[in-house]
Amino acid sequence: MATTEEIRADLAEIVNEVAGVPADDVQLDKSFADDLDVDSLSMVEIIYAAEEKFSVSIPDEEAKNLKTVGDAVAYIERAAS
Amino acid sequence: MMRKTIVVTGLGATTPLGGDVASTWAGMLAGRSGVSAIEADWAAALPVRIAGQAAVEPDAVLQRVEARRLDRSAQFAVVAAMQAWQDAGFGLREENVVDRARLGVAIATGIGGLQTLLGQWDIQKEKGVRRVSPLVIPMLMTNAPAANVGIRLGAEAGVHTPVSACASSNESLALATDMIRLDRADVVVAGGTEAVIHPLPMNAFAQMQAVSRRNDEPERASRPWDVDRDGFVLGEGAAIFVLETLEHAKARGARIYGELAGAGMTADAHDMVQPNPTGVTQARAMTRALAESELTPADIVHVNAHATSTPQGDVTEAEAIRMALGDHTAVIVTGTKSMTGHLLGGAGALESMATLLALRHRTVPPTINLDNPEPQLGIDIATKVRSLPDGDLAGINNSFGFGGHNVAVAFTNRYGSGAD
Repeated sequence: MATTEEIRADLAEIVNEVAGVPADDVQLDKSFADDLDVDSLSMVEIIYAAEEKFSVSIPDEEAKNLKTVGDAVAYIERAAS
Repeated sequence: MMRKTIVVTGLGATTPLGGDVASTWAGMLAGRSGVSAIEADWAAALPVRIAGQAAVEPDAVLQRVEARRLDRSAQFAVVAAMQAWQDAGFGLREENVVDRARLGVAIATGIGGLQTLLGQWDIQKEKGVRRVSPLVIPMLMTNAPAANVGIRLGAEAGVHTPVSACASSNESLALATDMIRLDRADVVVAGGTEAVIHPLPMNAFAQMQAVSRRNDEPERASRPWDVDRDGFVLGEGAAIFVLETLEHAKARGARIYGELAGAGMTADAHDMVQPNPTGVTQARAMTRALAESELTPADIVHVNAHATSTPQGDVTEAEAIRMALGDHTAVIVTGTKSMTGHLLGGAGALESMATLLALRHRTVPPTINLDNPEPQLGIDIATKVRSLPDGDLAGINNSFGFGGHNVAVAFTNRYGSGAD
């Protein structure tokens, strides 16, 4: 079972790959839209890439609620357990 | 209203001969072929395994995140447009002093974002519906290269994508001319791009018997007017112009390559893939370009021909050139697709660039591989580098497209200034 930090680090790599945000900036308290400047289409790409990376399903209606990096990490932890 | 004079103040290109204008032009003057064997595994099963592949990969130039949001056709367009923009002396973003409301874009592609379309369809079939990128539509749209360039430059006077197969980017130069002469814009970034070296179109062109099968001699495969020609060679890349009124260029002290004097467009209304064999409609495109340019046949010293290396097309065009320009021997004709391959929607702009540079440097690049010319063509074809005379010079570039589109663009070396 991956730790919270491991999930955050893997997610940070995805955010960096998709949106060019430095991986170190992708911290739990950061908002994707407001702090990291991730636009809506990039967010969709990040969700899809996270589904593949963590072998989880993130339905569109759930994805809407993932405002911060911490929201996404917590969702992935719950979905993978 | 006085007819506006339009000058070329910036050029950009990424082609099978080089990643910029200087290397592409040097390759042409050296008579170098940019055609090579495709080494990728997918080519092995195809009847045609050669192409004019871009000398410099666009993702080696673009930022990684920028590149992954663009189809390869738009990548080439952005690379070439940014070169042209900086070559014209315009700054980027806050340093851009051009009036955005007077800046337009006309960038063509013949086919559009085909690699994105087919690549994402493969992903949907193989990995499922959730794996398809949300960027597919804005990446594959035919207008995506023009729109991406327009957004980067802040062009608000209209952003357009003429589509007329292999005549597309000469049509974009013609449209840019109209935009300026109708006073819709002072500056237009215009040209074309193409990126369809992919197994489906490679095979489809082979299936229609349109492309050369000289797989064992790639650099000898594109051979306009040679008796042993057996079809065109697919190429990829982009070429982009910065065009502006003479007045606008002079006011900012811009270096000027020469003049885009005018364009002429006709349609064959004859057949989807074969030219009207009389050459009448092709000739009329050249005649109209002369009229719009206030030039006469006697002014023309050079033609960069469409000359794709197909059996029918090369002969028809020779006839059309004689019809439009007369039998005088002062016209030196060349076919630079012999070196670059055929960039489809990028071809007109690339060869228009070669036409303009030939006038500016009084030097015509050769047609390579013309070992045994078709008899009785009645045109003077450069098979080595040839010099043009002193004084004011004018030339024409022809582009003809499937569907019967004929677009001729006329250039002069007038108003030329500065160094390249």
